[in-house]
Amino acid sequence: MRVNFTVNGRKQEADDVWEGESLLYVLRERMGLPGSKNACEQGECGSCTVRLDGVPVCSCLVAAGQVEGREVVTVEGLADFAKQRAEHGGCASGACGTSLQDAQQWAAKGQDSQTGEGTELAPIQQAFIDAGAVQCGFCTPGLLVAADEMLEHNPNPTDADIREALSGNLCRCTGYEKIMDAVRLAAARQGEAV
Amino acid sequence: MPTKPTTGAPTKITQGSQTKGGIGESTLRPDGTLKVTGEFAYSSDMWHEDMLWGQILRSTVAHAEIVSIDTVEALKTPGVYAVMTYDDLPTEVKNYGLEIQDTPVLAHGKVRHHGEPVAIVAADHPETARRAAAKIKVEYRELPVITDEASATAPDAILIHEGRDDHHIGHVPHPNIVHRQPIIRGDVEEAAKKADFVVKGEYTFGMQDQAFLGPESGLAVPGEDGGVDLYIATQWLHSDLKQIAPVLGLPEDKVRMTLSGVGGAFGGREDLSMQIHACLLALRTGKPVKIVYNRFESFFGHVHRHPAKLYYEHGATKDGKLTHLKARIVLDGGAYASASPAVVGNASSLGAGPYVVDNVDIEAIALYTNNPPCGAMRGFGAVQACFAYEAQMDKLADKVGMDRVAFRQLNAMEQGTIMPTGQAVDSPAPVAELLRRVKAMPMPPEQQWLAAGEAADVRQLPGGLSNTTHGEGVVRGVGYAVGIKNVGFSEGFDDYSTARVRMEVVGGEPVATVHTAMAEVGQGGVTVHAQIARTELGVTQVTINPADTQVGSAGSTSASRQTYVTGGAVKNSCELVREKVLELGRRKFGSYHPAWATAELLLEGGKVVTDGGEVLADLVDVLEGEAVEIEAEWRHRPTEAFDLRTGQGFGHVQYTFAAHRAVVEVDTELGLVKVIELACAQDVGKALNPLSVIGQIQGGTTQGLGVAVMEEIIVDPKTAKVRNPSFTDYLIPTILDTPTIPVDVLELADDHAPYGLRGIGEAPTLSSTPAVLAAIRNATGLELNRTPVRPEHLTGTA
Repeated sequence: MRVNFTVNGRKQEADDVWEGESLLYVLRERMGLPGSKNACEQGECGSCTVRLDGVPVCSCLVAAGQVEGREVVTVEGLADFAKQRAEHGGCASGACGTSLQDAQQWAAKGQDSQTGEGTELAPIQQAFIDAGAVQCGFCTPGLLVAADEMLEHNPNPTDADIREALSGNLCRCTGYEKIMDAVRLAAARQGEAV
Repeated sequence: MPTKPTTGAPTKITQGSQTKGGIGESTLRPDGTLKVTGEFAYSSDMWHEDMLWGQILRSTVAHAEIVSIDTVEALKTPGVYAVMTYDDLPTEVKNYGLEIQDTPVLAHGKVRHHGEPVAIVAADHPETARRAAAKIKVEYRELPVITDEASATAPDAILIHEGRDDHHIGHVPHPNIVHRQPIIRGDVEEAAKKADFVVKGEYTFGMQDQAFLGPESGLAVPGEDGGVDLYIATQWLHSDLKQIAPVLGLPEDKVRMTLSGVGGAFGGREDLSMQIHACLLALRTGKPVKIVYNRFESFFGHVHRHPAKLYYEHGATKDGKLTHLKARIVLDGGAYASASPAVVGNASSLGAGPYVVDNVDIEAIALYTNNPPCGAMRGFGAVQACFAYEAQMDKLADKVGMDRVAFRQLNAMEQGTIMPTGQAVDSPAPVAELLRRVKAMPMPPEQQWLAAGEAADVRQLPGGLSNTTHGEGVVRGVGYAVGIKNVGFSEGFDDYSTARVRMEVVGGEPVATVHTAMAEVGQGGVTVHAQIARTELGVTQVTINPADTQVGSAGSTSASRQTYVTGGAVKNSCELVREKVLELGRRKFGSYHPAWATAELLLEGGKVVTDGGEVLADLVDVLEGEAVEIEAEWRHRPTEAFDLRTGQGFGHVQYTFAAHRAVVEVDTELGLVKVIELACAQDVGKALNPLSVIGQIQGGTTQGLGVAVMEEIIVDPKTAKVRNPSFTDYLIPTILDTPTIPVDVLELADDHAPYGLRGIGEAPTLSSTPAVLAAIRNATGLELNRTPVRPEHLTGTA
């Protein structure tokens, strides 16, 4: 079947999709967007978390056909998504995709393929680097999407709030302490910026 | 008589220069940006034009003869390019293994554990490959399963491996025992007579999974020269290469391996998984082949931590001094040897823990059974022992009538202590101090669930959002534990690393390039290598090349060894490069200033300076038109094998210590545990990157927490089949299960090691588990001789 949907603000068309294919598979293997990760493929680990019409979902549990006509934001589009939200004073509707124009600008930005230098990051992405919340990094994309979504509707989370919001995202390397630090840091920076 | 190893002079700490971004700073990961943007290419992200997908068919039974394999229907499936079985293997080499080559690439006539690879398929879509694999008909004739010591060593037991000819067979009491290592020192029988108190215990340690998040995966691309390029997630490229090339019938230089992004390892990538299978299919089809396990398959695709039975007897005098230790440690190695022999060496030689005990009789064995193969996991044999000896310490302290921490401190080893192996501990061993520090940390406040107001915040309570209690039946407990781990490969292994370092001018700036085959698995080795290069070469710009087999071996990313050994190799190569650069400078500019000949020269801030701080030349001028490059191997001081009868020998290169205090709250009615805090104190020698060091300690601590209260692979004792191969049924700690982990880092230099550093990755995984168990015992008054603890063990309904 053919599936038409929007990914990171860009219209996409996937052909020859099997009925059984997940959104995760289509993103990774057909769209060239492997940032969403395949750690369990059964909705237990959260490493494939994306926003579907603004709502964080495990893309491994979403059948590709279900995204017809809908908007998806992946970790690859997170920086632009956060930037647009900041420019528009936040997004509480839960359905704030990136405009096509913005997405093309984002896609056109140059970056060093070795180090990623020159990449503009979302505040939560920068905070993960600064706090040492990234080790192997396999859980990171899902955690970033989930944490960014939490900070969108809860800019001043308590520790218990952070733990609750991220409890669907497994990390095996860090023991979560540095992830807590990163989310606290992003929240604090967000507070300062306002 | 083995020669006594030289201890050598202390390694020069640094060249004395202070370069920004050098060692000791918490510089940020060079791969951080790529990892947060989703651009970092993990092994499962690889893609190639015309790529096929590989799929492995695994045995559905644990122990059986293979009567027949019918691949006809699978081959007929549209989209299938190849189906291969044992009969299709191209050379006489059909087995592989880390130490003993006992693992079939594809099963031959027999399967020995549930999930053993039987056939492989390549197709144009992963689902096609899966469906085709399911069409392969394998007829099994089932055999009785061997699942424990009794069934393995029964006189009429079926031999898991017939005709063993490995180098352990001569000293094991039964062919179903992989390796046996006794450690005997002093006179235990005599010493036992002097004991006022004796404590005996029998302990069980469950099978833990590494549960790295990035599944086994890789891409094999056939080369025009008949060779193959393999992009792979592993812990040791060159060890893989040695096992892969002979099976393919290729010389090692035609199997070109490049490390792709590794989604965690923790020991689970020491053994091969899909490497050979992908290469076989690529060479057979002439097309690139990608294999990615799903989580279900990952549980069958790598070895686990050895489950263990541990029998301990300790004695103490009435003033609290340990008199003797008798211990027997039975590790279940499963169907194939993997790292079992080395795990036995660790469990036995570290089986007494970080304590002074002069009379010791320890025996450790690993069994061959039909259970899942077990091998390396963070802590490697020392974990199981620590669980047992720390439970013993609490029981003994109680019998003697001493405080549990004070009892440990009274018996704690220190620098100069003689290990049960006869090896003197010749660097700081601050066991008592680590216990003092961890005990001195402030205690978390009581009843935190009421901190936010009148109503209980269930997220702070056992059971959490299940809302099972608002504090009723909740009891707090506190427990302590400390452990000892070795660093680096032991028992005489030639444990070296190689580093290639290049220095040149790029874009008007001096740049150092570091090339090693070190597997970056998340630990931050790449960060540390850049820091070392900055410190040693006085440059800001450092490029870390991708790890591959175009450079010499860096050894394994395991045994807490990479910062020590490959870090040591990078330091050494930098020092050699520095000498060459200074030679170059002397040749070019020596006549302009006498200091070139007379002063001690350093590289600092992109310049050649004297130790007095005078600038002699800009590195850009020294290096103009030239590049200096050195590739060199570096070794730590040698170790020696343990005597097979007495276990005596200078077996370990370095020891490392951590202590934990666990605070738990237990809902005693439902048997639910919430760990409130897991404080850790650890000696790291020298923290090359403090942020990464703390990250390692917190991560290791959490894996220890997991096996204390939730993580266990359940194997059916009747069928030897795995019952919970998923993250639905095999639970690892979530962010809600994990407490705050305050860390106190002590830095006491080991003069034998580069920069005085100590390997740090594993020690926190040891003491975390027994500390949590001790805290649960403290809260409940139960004996709890097994881990993990499940609710039924606490409610008496087990």
